[in-house]
Amino acid sequence: MNEAVMDRERVDRIIDEHGAEADALIQVLLDVQGENHWLPQDALDRISERLEVPPALVQHITTFYKAFSLVPKGRHQVHVCLGTACHVRGAPRVLDTVQELTGLGPGETDVDLKFSLETVNCLGCCALGPVLEIDGKTHGKVSTARTEDVLKNYE
Amino acid sequence: MTRFATPQELDAHRQELVEGRAADRPCVSVCAGAGCLASGASEVIAAFETELAAQGLDADVDTRGTGCPGFCERGPVVVLHPKETCYLQVTPEDVPEIVSRSLKGHEVVERLLYEDPATGERVAREADIPFYRQQERTLLSSNIRIDSRSLDDYLAIGGYAALVKAFEIGPEAVLEEIKTSNLRGRGGAGFPAGRKWEGSRDAPDEPKYVLVNADEGDPGAFMDRALLEGNPHSVLEGLMIGGFTIGAKEGYIYVRQEYPLAVKNVVHAISQAEARGLLGENILGSGFDFTIKVHKGAGAFVCGESTALMTALEGRVGEPRPKYVRSNVKGLWGKPTVLNNVETWANVPLIVDRGAEWFTRIGTDGSKGTKIFSLVGKITNTGLVEVPMGMPLDDIIHGIGGGIPDGKAFKAVQTGGPSGGCLPAEMLHLEVGFDELADAGSMMGSGGMIVMDEDNCMVDVARYFIDFLTEESCGKCLPCREGLRQMHGILTNICAGQGRDGDIETLEELSEVLSEASLCGLGQSAANPFLSTLRYFRAEYEAHIAEKRCPALSCKELTSYWIDPEKCKACLLCMKACPSQGIEGGKKQIHVIDQDKCDACGVCLEICPAKFDAVRKFSGEPVPDPLPMADRVLTKGAGK
Repeated sequence: MNEAVMDRERVDRIIDEHGAEADALIQVLLDVQGENHWLPQDALDRISERLEVPPALVQHITTFYKAFSLVPKGRHQVHVCLGTACHVRGAPRVLDTVQELTGLGPGETDVDLKFSLETVNCLGCCALGPVLEIDGKTHGKVSTARTEDVLKNYE
Repeated sequence: MTRFATPQELDAHRQELVEGRAADRPCVSVCAGAGCLASGASEVIAAFETELAAQGLDADVDTRGTGCPGFCERGPVVVLHPKETCYLQVTPEDVPEIVSRSLKGHEVVERLLYEDPATGERVAREADIPFYRQQERTLLSSNIRIDSRSLDDYLAIGGYAALVKAFEIGPEAVLEEIKTSNLRGRGGAGFPAGRKWEGSRDAPDEPKYVLVNADEGDPGAFMDRALLEGNPHSVLEGLMIGGFTIGAKEGYIYVRQEYPLAVKNVVHAISQAEARGLLGENILGSGFDFTIKVHKGAGAFVCGESTALMTALEGRVGEPRPKYVRSNVKGLWGKPTVLNNVETWANVPLIVDRGAEWFTRIGTDGSKGTKIFSLVGKITNTGLVEVPMGMPLDDIIHGIGGGIPDGKAFKAVQTGGPSGGCLPAEMLHLEVGFDELADAGSMMGSGGMIVMDEDNCMVDVARYFIDFLTEESCGKCLPCREGLRQMHGILTNICAGQGRDGDIETLEELSEVLSEASLCGLGQSAANPFLSTLRYFRAEYEAHIAEKRCPALSCKELTSYWIDPEKCKACLLCMKACPSQGIEGGKKQIHVIDQDKCDACGVCLEICPAKFDAVRKFSGEPVPDPLPMADRVLTKGAGK
């Protein structure tokens, strides 16, 4: 499957699920993002057309909210929690280590689309801080030393 | 599944449920909240199901995934009913033993019980664990009694009885009850819910809306998530009562998409309620129509602000607007809208059911009822704690929380989320309440309570929150957008040892502009983290600026690491772990950090075995000169 485009039927199905109403714009975008991990331009065009909202508004929304990505994402989504509880337990050092190991800054994806690195402001697992989440799986109480072991398991 | 057409049918069903369930029927409750799931709770639940079948007990013992009981530190948490034996940190490997010894037999598995750190005594019953014993759990206690995805479980503990009562007594009486209870908003500002409701009820415009704010954006706070995940029907019931009282037919739940389990459970609960006629048209024959929709938030902290949340709900960019007219008069789509937070709504059925008089017996003069705090950071018992308003901070932190781990000293507790403040040890006598915390320069916020110890730098904490708020400022008004950016720059410089005389005064000036001139609550309170740390920890700011010293040895740029040659056993661990290859040494050769290569990541300190304890930190003073090469040979035996 070509990763750069999302077929129109899938986009249309999501739009239909929300009744093709303009006020469902954010919900439609979230679902597309959820299925495809990023928002390709042709999907945005289709949403703009079907919901009858101007492309500028779609652009405004997709750049305002943090959940959306306009660039392709890697196979593995690495989220480093920088919530307060994790911060006081050394999350910045975990982030430094992840950056060093992957060569990525927050918001970046590597060229071979292996990892995407994001920071988040609390995953609500404060008891386990500092927390590293990869593809939805939470790794709790990670130390700088353990971070490497965790990342090694992803191909 | 039948729809309940009348309150009598609902009651009959409830009666049937209660009678059909023997109170002493054995049941395994496993916490299936996000914290325990992250620690492996789903594997534990699966292991119980397999093992109960294997040992032939599956017909006699139920297994239930419950909401969060709060003791996340020791998850996964398993409770065996009816004895309420509580096992902590259970792994799938423990399950066969639990089933054979505790469910087939009547023994307890000692090693999985809570152990009192002071006395070493084991505690079997959940309610006897000190962490729980000192709490007053009016909201959270239901979380563990029900399966979060079962409407019948909620009905069996009296669910939707308050809605029926509201129908009986009528909207005026409900409003009176909420006003008398003096229920104040649990989301941050503490505005009296009754007055908010009354404003909407009296507003002439139609239609009206009721909203749940579940955009719990404060980092380090997760009580709303626990309620919505664990007991979604209680929030729905509260919202329905609110809708009935103000005359709204539509409700919305704005929940952040970072909480997938909460979204899933609340969507499930809504469909159950619809199927049983608890939502929809003419609910229980009362003539009241009501629907609830879930709207996922796409990740913007500012959307927790009422007007921004409403614009986001309308499908637009979540930016606040000036509140010349309050949103309870002109809110969502310009119509009267009551917005309350999850915990506030969850309190509503309890107040209607038990009466305002019951509610006002708990708490202080200005703050009634209980409040859930998420006690996190440098604290022994991390988790959710529910206490009556007015409990001293010290009782929460040292009593329930069990104090600071690793023998460290308490330094500060940060309450109220990013816009809250840090309170020092001198303020631990403070009784928690809306007004008490505000007077001390902090706030209640949604109930985050982040404990910090001597290793945490207060300037860095202020920088952290200002950084957070800079990122999250929507950019609509200038004081917030630019003021925060400037504050962030100055605080970053101070932490990096580039602070200058006059920085504190500039920060104070910026703070004043922010609080006076910002459009919404985010900007108006954004300077609080700086102001409160300055108020109580001014010396730390001065040490950073004047002496280029971080007293907590935390700020990276101001901290150097050094290996004590007297203690180093040349074990090679730190050498291998150092990501900058900045440690010289070898077998039987004392290790030395090359200060030019070191980027102060701290791995060496972390990895150095506690029995050697050879790595030390310095700030504001020169690191001792490295040992000459000739003296680095380790003469005493290397390790044991």
